[in-house]
Amino acid sequence: MPDRKRKWKIIRLHIILLPTLLFAFYFFSLAPKPWTGVDEAVVEKIAKEHGREAKRPVIDPGEGDLLLFLFLVAGAVGGFLGGYYWRDLFDKKK
Amino acid sequence: MGRTLFFVILCLLTATPAFAMHISEGILPFSWALFWYLAALPFVALGVQRLNALAREDLSLKPLVGLMSAVVFIISCMPIPVPTAGTCSHPCGTGVAAILVGPLVSVVIAAVALLIQALFLAHGGLSTLGANTFAMGVVGSLGGWLAFRCLRGMGGGLALSGFVAGVVADWGTYATTSLILSSGIRGDAPFLPLFAKVVLAFIPTQLPLGILEGVITAGMVTLLYKRRPDLLVRMKVISEREMQNHA
Repeated sequence: MPDRKRKWKIIRLHIILLPTLLFAFYFFSLAPKPWTGVDEAVVEKIAKEHGREAKRPVIDPGEGDLLLFLFLVAGAVGGFLGGYYWRDLFDKKK
Repeated sequence: MGRTLFFVILCLLTATPAFAMHISEGILPFSWALFWYLAALPFVALGVQRLNALAREDLSLKPLVGLMSAVVFIISCMPIPVPTAGTCSHPCGTGVAAILVGPLVSVVIAAVALLIQALFLAHGGLSTLGANTFAMGVVGSLGGWLAFRCLRGMGGGLALSGFVAGVVADWGTYATTSLILSSGIRGDAPFLPLFAKVVLAFIPTQLPLGILEGVITAGMVTLLYKRRPDLLVRMKVISEREMQNHA
């Protein structure tokens, strides 16, 4: 590829890439969002407007990080098993 | 291969309880909750019947169904931040389950995943289990499966058909959730404006997430086609001739 053509290609790539990265940076850092789930942001909010509120679950996992820890452990075990049996699961049959 | 494995492990490790499409405990009045239980029940019963029939033909399908249940459980728990909306939501996973194990068995899978989530993760609720099963299990599975079959029938490739199936399953689920919610909570208010309001509130999050679910579904089906086409033949997703062509 001639040098001039290559240079223009790089410039064009930068014209697209830099504003995209800048936009992504501003989006995530300067305008932080609540990141709530849509059940809270949509379902429960609209239901509350119409007089229906969510009740506490039958088995209440409560607050705190215990549930997160249990998920982490389950995820680690699941990930290990998935990795250990990866070839059995996905390798081509001989 | 290493990178894919790393990604899967990362997904599993970062899975935390999410709160999204599921209608929470107590949101629906008793009469509507009962109605959706009754609407979902025949599909679950047919799914159990179909699962038993499949297991009679080939017992080794049961572990595959178990694996798909785990996939649906994790996918429908996995919170994904959507920058365009500033909220989190999750894919459903019923599209890929319906493609691989059939729509009726996928309804059973969704019901089991939703039951465990309602019982132990405060995700959804026992009173709204019927409604959530109908949205994610029945509509998600049947919609995704029909889209996949139609496109395959028209000569569509596996990746394209899988993509559309994932999108239809996701958007169909959330459209049904909007319908269930707006009909259940409206009281004396007119139905259509409330339905439109719920749909519009879901759009910023679910529009991109549905596309992501399409990509995930297409990726999973294509991966299986590359690595284990025999599984796809067994599940009647592709024909033996296609597998021979692939080999």
